[in-house]
Amino acid sequence: MTVSKYFHAVVTGPISLLKGMSVTLKYFLNPKRIVTEQYPENKATLKMHERFRGRVELIHDENGLHTCTACGMCEKSCPNASINVLSTKNLAGKKILGKYLYRMDSCTQCGLCIESCPFGCLRMAHDFEMASTDRKSFNMVLNKTEGQG
Amino acid sequence: MQSIFKIRKSPAKKVEIFDNYYITPNMTFGIPNFVGDLVREYSPLPELALAVNVVLAVIGVLAVGIGSAPILIYMERKVCAHVQCRLGPMRLGWHGVLQTVADVTKLLFKEVYSPKGVDTVIYYLAPMISLTAPFFTLALIPFGAQWQVINLNFAVPAIIAINGLGLFAILLGGWASNNKYSLLSALRGSAQMISYEVSLALIMLFVVMISGSASLNDIIAAQSGTVLDWWIFKLPVLGFVAFVVFMCVSTAELNRAPFDIAESEQELTAGFHTEYTGTAFAMFYLTEYINIIGASALGSIFFLGGFQAPLIGIPIVDEKLLLIPDLVWMFAKIYFLIWLYMMFRWTWLRPRVDQLMSFEWKFLLPSNLILLGLGAFFIAMGWVL
Repeated sequence: MTVSKYFHAVVTGPISLLKGMSVTLKYFLNPKRIVTEQYPENKATLKMHERFRGRVELIHDENGLHTCTACGMCEKSCPNASINVLSTKNLAGKKILGKYLYRMDSCTQCGLCIESCPFGCLRMAHDFEMASTDRKSFNMVLNKTEGQG
Repeated sequence: MQSIFKIRKSPAKKVEIFDNYYITPNMTFGIPNFVGDLVREYSPLPELALAVNVVLAVIGVLAVGIGSAPILIYMERKVCAHVQCRLGPMRLGWHGVLQTVADVTKLLFKEVYSPKGVDTVIYYLAPMISLTAPFFTLALIPFGAQWQVINLNFAVPAIIAINGLGLFAILLGGWASNNKYSLLSALRGSAQMISYEVSLALIMLFVVMISGSASLNDIIAAQSGTVLDWWIFKLPVLGFVAFVVFMCVSTAELNRAPFDIAESEQELTAGFHTEYTGTAFAMFYLTEYINIIGASALGSIFFLGGFQAPLIGIPIVDEKLLLIPDLVWMFAKIYFLIWLYMMFRWTWLRPRVDQLMSFEWKFLLPSNLILLGLGAFFIAMGWVL
């Protein structure tokens, strides 16, 4: 360490320390600046942010229709084999979605199924209170709208 | 025995307003109290008063030490939380005031066990030594004109000696734990404490030099008067620099962040007290907080006028300020300095071991020596406010 560097550090060191101090002092003196959620108390007003990853959900429009074509890309991309897409044929003999099986207990919310979907018909739901005492309730059929989760 | 507890006569320099602060010389003990007086008057053995006073002194020191620890733990959690934009404990009691009670209770009921291969005697001796040392310091500190256990003429050297005892706790605790990281922490911590003791002794010497006495009561008496008579303002610029250096060195002596090389959570988990559980760990934890009280009490005595009210020289305001007891002023100053220590801890980063050492030997030690020389020069030239 040269002499000039030494004296440079002696002068700039305290200045940078004071800068840090001013930031924390600002935070300390403004208790309303808190960024944490007070969870059980703000249950009524709590809104999850846009990118929150809850369970996987099939997007249904206002008529209760989804755009899934049972191509099975999500099933192939799932690293935990949580998804099984069971297809059937409709009256015209065309392949359509029969049952979208989703096992939430083995899902890690990695989001690969959503990324791999070519039609954009999957998304992450925003519900987060998913604890259950019954293991069977984690086995969901996503294209059934009622009785899920 | 009796001669040790004799209070020294107050120094020659007196301001009239402070006359009632001084202890009369025929009193044998620093804590004049109702119980001791009763015993001295009515009991067949007046000498029993001394024993009663000793018991009261022990209770007083324990009350300050152990009583403050839960308050400080709560305060630390709250200060830390608000610095980091959190709320901290909120659930138990009003704003979480009962949280520390629950934590301490949990800690006391935990099983005390030691890992395989520890040096049992030293392993259990270390927390005891660590808890003994800070109480010595508390006994020497005047928390008010009448609230002191012993007024030693050589209080400052005694405190330096006692600080050395705290080092044994770290060294022995880390050595006996049979854990290589604890050992590493112990060696680091003791190297740090030995180095910073040099600066602490020098900065204390600075205060002793400008006050002209090594007794804490005389150091406070030297600062009697208005706020401008406190050493932080009385010596222009130098006083403030000395205060900053003192805060720096005492943070390092306390082993608190940003100088918590011995504990360094991220590298050595908890350093020398990794292997301790339950009460033994609680003793190390308690030591840390009692040490903070001791260090900030010293800081307020050396630079902020100790237990004296912050008079501003306007008689109407000063009368009101003097109505508040000196004990309250002392604790207000102590808690202000503790708050400063906590802000330091949660703001700044820990330096590396080599940076820490070069900071002490290449910066603090020379600047302390320069400070000492300049202080002597200022006093000799009479450049005092």
